[in-house]
Amino acid sequence: MSALRPDLAAIASAIEPGTRVLDIGCGDGALLAELRATKSVDARGIEIDGGCVERCVAQGLSVVQGDADSALADYPDKGFDYTVLSQTLQTARRPDLMLDQLLRVGKQAFVSFPNFAHWRTRGALMFGGRMPVTRSIPVSWYETQNIHHVTVKDFRELAREKDARIEHEWFFANEKPVSGAANLRAEFAVFLLSR
Amino acid sequence: MAGASQVLQLTDPLPLDGGGELHGAEIAFETYGTLAGDGSNAILLCHALTGDQYVASTHPVTGKPGWWERMVGPGKPIDTDRYFVVCANVVGSCMGSTGPASEALDGKPYAMRFPVITIRDMVRGLVALLDGLGIEKLHAVVGGSMGGMQALSLAANWPDRAERVLVIASTSRHSAQNIAFHELGRQAVMADPNWHQGDYYAQESQPDSGLAVARMAAHITYLSEEALTGKFGRNLQDRDTKSFGFDADFQVESYLRYQGSGFTRRFDANSYLYITRAMDYFDLAEEHGGKLANAFAGTEARFCLVSFDSDWLYPTAESRHVVHALNAAGAAVSFVELSAPHGHDSFLLDVPALDRVVKGFIE
Repeated sequence: MSALRPDLAAIASAIEPGTRVLDIGCGDGALLAELRATKSVDARGIEIDGGCVERCVAQGLSVVQGDADSALADYPDKGFDYTVLSQTLQTARRPDLMLDQLLRVGKQAFVSFPNFAHWRTRGALMFGGRMPVTRSIPVSWYETQNIHHVTVKDFRELAREKDARIEHEWFFANEKPVSGAANLRAEFAVFLLSR
Repeated sequence: MAGASQVLQLTDPLPLDGGGELHGAEIAFETYGTLAGDGSNAILLCHALTGDQYVASTHPVTGKPGWWERMVGPGKPIDTDRYFVVCANVVGSCMGSTGPASEALDGKPYAMRFPVITIRDMVRGLVALLDGLGIEKLHAVVGGSMGGMQALSLAANWPDRAERVLVIASTSRHSAQNIAFHELGRQAVMADPNWHQGDYYAQESQPDSGLAVARMAAHITYLSEEALTGKFGRNLQDRDTKSFGFDADFQVESYLRYQGSGFTRRFDANSYLYITRAMDYFDLAEEHGGKLANAFAGTEARFCLVSFDSDWLYPTAESRHVVHALNAAGAAVSFVELSAPHGHDSFLLDVPALDRVVKGFIE
């Protein structure tokens, strides 16, 4: 098994064996395959890119081609132990409504995203005066899929507004864990929420 | 018209959705590969409207290769070195299974005395065949187009009989447009003076013109505009100028005439009426209290649906509708819309992505 991205590795290690997991925006299914192989998880996915879905199905994974913004509405309440939204929140049309759906369909929800308040991003904007293109936000403003940039502080605030309890949080920079001053130091954040 | 297939004579009468039952029905089928001792490696393939059991063997009437020979065989996506593949001619058809051309108890062809059947009736026949072969649980049921309807019907009505359900370019119900095209075909058959209210079997001439027109109309729905344009455009056939008459000036006309006349040599006109009727009646939600998710409540099977972006007969929205219901029922479901230029017929043609999906899902 190839090494998972750090946010996915954190999610994989926090998931209880034998549970039901829905990975929204599952890409090529790396997390699903890992969970199925190592934790006997009933793993399902949603992915918008047909090529990715085809590769997932060819591996025997249960993945549905669809748009995360609309596809979640079909799933029953609390049908999964966990929902996972990794690095997709910032591409959602309405991240707040997406969060509602994640917590409706899953008993707990993992959300990971690039932190726009990371010092590199702040620096690029402050000193360059241009939209940041950094390691964690690598695409120019005109071609990025990110339509709602978010910071660790913003996300905590959104969780509070949505009455979502933050069960756990993980922060990474340069693929290594970060402790303290997360809003400034974390390139990526992972939250585990429940309601 | 029967080929050299094996035939299972059903000992019990086959109950029918329309009331009544079919006595002494026969199911003609082909098998490929070897059934495992524990019966765990069987795959049931369900054919489309004008298909038959010759999925991976030479067709006895046309001499052409089987309709899914590129998918089924040793080392192919549905690998007959590993799996025991069964494909049967559906009840109502004309390649050895009981249909309107078969003899009724009085020794004469049923013709229009044949009872109107449904997709579920066809599947009842298939389940009886599985019983006869000693196959309790299928490794997978696989079908495209009408075959996909049968696969869905099997999953909904006999949920313990298949572990995997693969539905390609299909639907859970016929739309008004689907019914309209079929009605056009049926009216063409019935308007043929040689149809004789279906009692043409002893006549010298058969309703070939009507059946050919039906096939031409249907064939147009199987292709995409892109495929038709790419293949024929407005090119003329064997001439440099228009004839200013009604010969087949255009290549596309000539092609359709060829498709139509070829079809009449291998298919029974009354079977065409009965099978299109069965497809038009198909509405899996209606069979389950009006809610499609109910059809799959508690299912343990894994599902995979595949649609093609150029298929306007059963467009992606139809597959998505089924996927929504399966999600609502909590079923394990995969769905992918594949890109292919050939329209509905893509499932029969060379689409490598389909091979990968089929192989990956089956294994």
